[in-house]
Amino acid sequence: MIHPLPPGTRDVLPDEMRELRALSERLRASFEAAGYGEVWTPTVEYEETLRHGDERAGRAGVYRLFDERGRVLVLRTDMTLSIARLVATRYGGVRPPVRLCYFAHAYRAIERGRGHAREFLQGGIELIGPPAPEGEAEVVALVLEALSAAGLRRHRIGLGDGSLVRELLAELEVPPERRGALLEHLSRRDLVALETEARELGLSEAACELLVTLPSLRGGPEVLEGVDGPVGRAVEGLRALHELLAERGAAERVILDLGLVRELGYYTGAVFEVYDPAVGYAIGGGGRYDELLGRFGTPLPACGIALDIGRVHAAQAAEERLG
Amino acid sequence: MSGPSAGEGGLTLAVPRGALFAATLDLLDALGIDTRAVRDNPRRLLFEGPGLGAGVDRIVTVRPSDVPTYVEHGAADLGVTGKDVLLEAPDREVYELLDLRYGGCRMVVAARAGDDALDESLRRLGAARVATKYPRVAARHFAATGRQAEIIEVKGSVELAPLTGLVDAIVDLTATGTTLAENGLEVREEIAASTARLVANPVAHKLKAAAVDALVERVREVVG
Repeated sequence: MIHPLPPGTRDVLPDEMRELRALSERLRASFEAAGYGEVWTPTVEYEETLRHGDERAGRAGVYRLFDERGRVLVLRTDMTLSIARLVATRYGGVRPPVRLCYFAHAYRAIERGRGHAREFLQGGIELIGPPAPEGEAEVVALVLEALSAAGLRRHRIGLGDGSLVRELLAELEVPPERRGALLEHLSRRDLVALETEARELGLSEAACELLVTLPSLRGGPEVLEGVDGPVGRAVEGLRALHELLAERGAAERVILDLGLVRELGYYTGAVFEVYDPAVGYAIGGGGRYDELLGRFGTPLPACGIALDIGRVHAAQAAEERLG
Repeated sequence: MSGPSAGEGGLTLAVPRGALFAATLDLLDALGIDTRAVRDNPRRLLFEGPGLGAGVDRIVTVRPSDVPTYVEHGAADLGVTGKDVLLEAPDREVYELLDLRYGGCRMVVAARAGDDALDESLRRLGAARVATKYPRVAARHFAATGRQAEIIEVKGSVELAPLTGLVDAIVDLTATGTTLAENGLEVREEIAASTARLVANPVAHKLKAAAVDALVERVREVVG
């Protein structure tokens, strides 16, 4: 008999479950050892509550349901919004820093036939209090270390700045109404459309060149050479962060990426993506969200990273297979 | 064959079989990539060998419409495919790095010459019936132009559909218009122009940045 499951969901049998548990345990041990206490928040929350943090909590891709009184509930799409809510309501009088970690499922609507998960297990950390770049350096170094402890050997973290591209567009005096399309091309990395659109704006040759090449810069600290001018603040921030990571011995594991854009709307500064060469997709991501807690009534700077445990597990298995 | 290898060793390149095949191999030759094995073995799909040239050490040959799939999942680091394929798969997470300028063609709405079935259906029945191999492009085009359309997906010889009364119009790719003309069809609207594009896996684009950039630079020099 076939009893179908919704696409993007699946059963986990003992062999896999044991490995997932072991992986989560190792990550949790690293996080706890660094002072990140584990929390749990409800799988369902009121939509209007989460909307305080991100207007797009009610966007497409979110599962909504009604409770018995007709109030709209949403299944969490990540843990960061819920943790921001938790910190604002439960840690009001506590002096920062607050260090929290979590292992919990999140839910997103998916496109059929893409191999994406509708229900996925996230494990991550949130560091509330320390400003840039100290906060970033701590979470990036800790996630790299936790992944090593979990058995990955070739993982890397890409570092970018979520405001860099906006800063660049403002600096080049691109009319505000034209910025949306350019940002869209950039976030999709459609460099062909980006170049075409940039030329249509009638920017100078140099400005056009900058708009196309700057977001393609990625690599070691050398990519920051000579790009201070138009995006000085973002570049300065990345340089400072890279120096702190070098002090922590993590520099060779990070890739500076001036074109890195994360989709979530609440990032205000640094953005991260976690990679492993054994798999072709990012296995985690995060960033700095200095305004999010303020929207819940407790203005505090914060940053964090979430790992997709299923993807980390796939990377772990592939690394073992490749030897 | 090992799994995805974004980040280590040389580059894996997905080459499209079909209309773009010959021009793509010519491009690879111009880049100094050894394509003799690919040319000599039309049935083989995987070509490995350290140092095929230009940082590439593996070539896979796949259907053009499968190129974004292989590249998205990291089974290939880079690939060549038509813009038409990318338009039909807009949410595939691949980076579109370069317009390769060859393989030029147009995505068009075509209907029987001297026949107003398309307009008449829209006027009297409220919706046009449209056959295509590109259902998402077709649906988007009709929605964007404010017309209702019933999209019928067919796998081959789309030109036949309006001739048999299956549909009022087709959305298809045409290079010269010869096949359309031979079947008594004419272009009514142009949706988009298409050429071959170089696409990259997002993770390989970062972890193999130096190799990818070097290859892109060479391609830029060759395609001008």
